[in-house]
Amino acid sequence: MIWRRSKPAPLDYAGRLWMKIFIAAVFVLLYAPVILMMVFSFNDSKRNIVWRGFTTKYYEKALKNDGLVEAFINSLTIAFFNTIIATALGAMVALLLWRFRFPLKGAYEGFMALPIVIPEICMGVAMLAFFNRVGWPAGMPWPLNLSAITIAHIAFSFPFVAIVVRARMAGFNRELEEASRDLGATEWQTFWGVIFPYMRPGLVAGALLAFTLSLDDFVITFFTSGPETVTFPVKVYSMVRFSVTPEVNAASTILVLITIVVTALMIRLQRPDKAENA
Amino acid sequence: MSIISIQHITKEFPGVKAVDDAHFDIAPNEFFALLGPSGCGKTTLLRIIAGFETPSSGQILIDGEDVGDTPPNKRPVNMVFQSYAVFPHMTVLDNVGYGLKVTGTPAAEIKSRAEEALEMVQLGHLGARKPDQLSGGQRQRVALARALVKRPKVLLLDEPMSALDAKLREQMQLELSRLQQDVGITFIIVTHDQDEALSMADRIAVMNEGRVEQIATPEELYESPNSRFVADFIGKVNLLEGQVVGAAEGSVTVDVAHLGKVQVLHSSPANGNVSLAVRPEKIRMTPDEPSAAAMKTQGKVTDWAYYGDTSHIYVQAEGGPRLSVTVQNSTRATLDTTDIGDQVWLSWQSEDTLLLNQ
Repeated sequence: MIWRRSKPAPLDYAGRLWMKIFIAAVFVLLYAPVILMMVFSFNDSKRNIVWRGFTTKYYEKALKNDGLVEAFINSLTIAFFNTIIATALGAMVALLLWRFRFPLKGAYEGFMALPIVIPEICMGVAMLAFFNRVGWPAGMPWPLNLSAITIAHIAFSFPFVAIVVRARMAGFNRELEEASRDLGATEWQTFWGVIFPYMRPGLVAGALLAFTLSLDDFVITFFTSGPETVTFPVKVYSMVRFSVTPEVNAASTILVLITIVVTALMIRLQRPDKAENA
Repeated sequence: MSIISIQHITKEFPGVKAVDDAHFDIAPNEFFALLGPSGCGKTTLLRIIAGFETPSSGQILIDGEDVGDTPPNKRPVNMVFQSYAVFPHMTVLDNVGYGLKVTGTPAAEIKSRAEEALEMVQLGHLGARKPDQLSGGQRQRVALARALVKRPKVLLLDEPMSALDAKLREQMQLELSRLQQDVGITFIIVTHDQDEALSMADRIAVMNEGRVEQIATPEELYESPNSRFVADFIGKVNLLEGQVVGAAEGSVTVDVAHLGKVQVLHSSPANGNVSLAVRPEKIRMTPDEPSAAAMKTQGKVTDWAYYGDTSHIYVQAEGGPRLSVTVQNSTRATLDTTDIGDQVWLSWQSEDTLLLNQ
């Protein structure tokens, strides 16, 4: 019976009109709020409800807002130190789990991933309680006053690095390591000459992940920040409590753009063909 | 003076004896093959020589020196890995020069020696390429050049042909033999492919379940295997069960069903149940009873496998064993002479018959 249409294969559905509409709706709901925020950051209106014309004055205003700029610099500083330390720590954990067998390895692996699954609010409360309990000094000069937040950020971002790096190492051919040893290289030469170059795309991706996680973290930061150590997300939150002004929109747009650029970089570096040549 | 001396090497993994009391020497400039089915311990033995595994007991001497405490990077041997293990992030030239660079060779010398090694494997023009731009055969040549540039005393090859297609494999086998003669160093190759071992090696060690069954030249292994395993593993063989009924100087009389009492050349003592082994290509198949043949039996052709150059014919002796016969298709008419169901006579010479203890 030639005229009967056969059952479509799963991917055939993508061509159907109702599926296209559904997909479009999903994208609109996902991205319309962000795009709206970006558009209204150029709105020439204080109340920010009705479109009253194009202006960039709120970007100027945001850049002149000392509190906002200071918070932004704080965020970048925290993200910078977090990225370096979390990447190093995560990479070492990944190597440990990839390379060695030891008692309770499974348990250790589970504990290591805990910061990923633990509710952020719990992590925040725990961090607050911890720093209070040990009497972590407050009011130190910049940038030491950011140490508590940085430590909290490292604690929740290094497992992400470890997972990314470990996934990369899972594809490593152990014969490469043996070949290097066989050709006369010491263990250190083998690590820097063969293992590290292979690990690099995973390290870069993990580092960028740690950077974005730190940059836009609110919940955990909120619990560990004091009046002197306001980060960008915390500052934006405090500004929103009065009203959503175009200034907040402008500041948020800048953050979104930074996140997009970093994420695009990360995806580029994770591309398998790139990874092999890296 | 042997280049490698393996002295009572045993390697135990939890629950398995991977290598069981291996004890033999390898001569300088020898092309030596470790042959056996997968899991027979041949790769473990190679890795023990390279230093990637430590033997549970026994000693290894390389060029007279005990290397028991020498790590792999200090041993005068180099290896071509099964996966070739070409470093993906380096160019071909950097790959070949790596082993010289890590040991502090001057840059100019590295370059000239690496280029020379690449010429030797006919890849001189591809030095600037990355490994992912190479074919499997080319990657293997890179691995070869990378190992040979170190001028090792012994080159170890772990199943080097297993990833190549049949045509390329034959070409590489010839090339490896030529290369070994050119560089004049000892090659030890691990393989499960008997053709590979027979065609390339000067001597072959056949391994089974961790034990070295026999070490001999290819001809000796094929013509005079010392056990049923070796006879069966190297080539095809027909095994006929029988009983020793008498012995004379240099020969044994065996009573075999369907053949009767036959005399077989055999120098060592034998008694009880034995197997007679005869290679399929040594059997003659004729329609009529041959007059002058030491061993003969009648049977019916049951199967016929055609391989182009040869055919394998299976003949069922009445109420007896099923024998395989290899026939050269030396003329186009060879095929037409016999058909399935025909009654044929099989015969062979007594000197082509081997006696194997059970």
